[in-house]
Amino acid sequence: MTIQEIQNEIIDEFSMFDDWEERYQYMIDLGKTLPLIDAQYKTDDFIIKGCQSKVWVHANLEADKVVFTADSDAIITKGIIAILIRVFSNQHPKDIIEANTDFIDEIGLKEHLSPTRANGLVSMIKQLKMYAVAYQTQLN
Amino acid sequence: MSLNVANIRKDFPILSRKVNGKPLVYFDNAATSQTPQQVIDCIVDYYSGYNANIHRGVHTLSQEATDKYEEARLKIQAHFNAKKSHEIIFTSGTTHGINLVANGFSSLLKKGDEIIVSALEHHSNIVPWQMLCERTGATLKVIPMNQDGELVMSEFDKLLSQNTKLVFVNHISNALGTINPIEAIIEKAHQVDAAVLIDGAQACPHIKPDVQALDVDFYVASAHKMCGPTGVGILYGKEKWLNLLPPYQGGGEMIAEVTFEKTTYADLPHKFEAGTPNICGGIAFGAAIDYMNAIGFDAIANYEHELLEYATEKLLAIDGLKIYGTSKHKTSVVSFNLEGIHPYDVGTILDKLGIAVRTGHHCAQPIMDFYKIPGTVRASFAFYNTKEEIDALVEGVKKAQMMLS
Repeated sequence: MTIQEIQNEIIDEFSMFDDWEERYQYMIDLGKTLPLIDAQYKTDDFIIKGCQSKVWVHANLEADKVVFTADSDAIITKGIIAILIRVFSNQHPKDIIEANTDFIDEIGLKEHLSPTRANGLVSMIKQLKMYAVAYQTQLN
Repeated sequence: MSLNVANIRKDFPILSRKVNGKPLVYFDNAATSQTPQQVIDCIVDYYSGYNANIHRGVHTLSQEATDKYEEARLKIQAHFNAKKSHEIIFTSGTTHGINLVANGFSSLLKKGDEIIVSALEHHSNIVPWQMLCERTGATLKVIPMNQDGELVMSEFDKLLSQNTKLVFVNHISNALGTINPIEAIIEKAHQVDAAVLIDGAQACPHIKPDVQALDVDFYVASAHKMCGPTGVGILYGKEKWLNLLPPYQGGGEMIAEVTFEKTTYADLPHKFEAGTPNICGGIAFGAAIDYMNAIGFDAIANYEHELLEYATEKLLAIDGLKIYGTSKHKTSVVSFNLEGIHPYDVGTILDKLGIAVRTGHHCAQPIMDFYKIPGTVRASFAFYNTKEEIDALVEGVKKAQMMLS
């Protein structure tokens, strides 16, 4: 699936929720169930320091696709990471570079991507794109 | 004397707004307090009636603005019981006041001198002293804290020596609400002739400090934590110290005479008030002090203590909830965590319920490192909060716990 298709799928899923509680419960459950990153990468080398929650990101190029794994110490942040990984992982670097994150707004989680939240997510997306740029250079 | 909280709440227009469809419960008062209509009116009056630059103009508006600004200084002098009005320096806030003193001391300190700060400081307040030490070769010493979040005074005694030149402690900790024994700290520091600077940012919303009774050398505060606007605060300094310190910034207002060869500095307080100040802010700070004094600090302290005890009891009844900062001497701040749950997650759910708390390390990383936690959820109460709002917080915390565990 393309990044756009996955985003549309997520928007569809979220449209079934009636209120914020259901949306958040879904994200919390996502955050709880998914093993997101190999323990060896949960170190300071892979950390993105938000003022409030920490985020770890690791990237690997497999064939011509970038595979991301990530984690956070806060569970709602982790739930959003799970959604972002679903969108961006296993995609071609060029597509990752060109993709936007407007769907986050549509599923009602925009406030988490505000720089004032200081939860590391804004920096995380920047980091995902940086990895994509690096791997794109490698592929050229 | 008890407070008529229902009436007081009517003074604060923001308290009737909704957040995420729920009535706002504002428990982030230690970060900034809300503004009563009386102060808002004062700001509107200034800009609609007599906005002008001060101290220089011969025209009527400038005279009026100057009179009001200096009147505010007198109100602040009276509030803090400073001996002289020129011992009150208007600043942009507490941080500015601290930097002004730290910068001034760079010409007074030498290698081998020592500065003592407390482990309970806001970490941004540690930086000016580190910079001062780098510039002068002085050394920074830290008074440690105990599990209850109190300063270990016996350690302070050991740190004090003839080398101690300056002691810096906050009156009340922003992260935990602990009221520090500043009377004892000032007295002991003076025994070795060290100057004392007290950060009163967290204290002034709850306590009316008497700088003469305290015999403190410097005391700093911010208007926005005591019902005033942001961007304005004060530095109180004993006249002899303010005369000793060199000016902090150069510019207009702070000079007496300028030639290219030499500038003579203006007298106090203008020596430290370079450039056009926050005129409206200063005047509104005066209005905020009037507002709080009309309610009365004894009544405020009593009522807030009642809120603190109520909240502490109700929150501790929640299984797995731990409160950090358990000193008997604290203001209306409850810093807590739910076992196994990140404070950021709790704060996010509470926000969805219209409840504003602060989460994170509260710019006091050394304290969080001490407790080995990433941060806390901090609910801080003001005299316009109610027990019903605390009930809403308790329900919100229970809901967050249910959703997150």
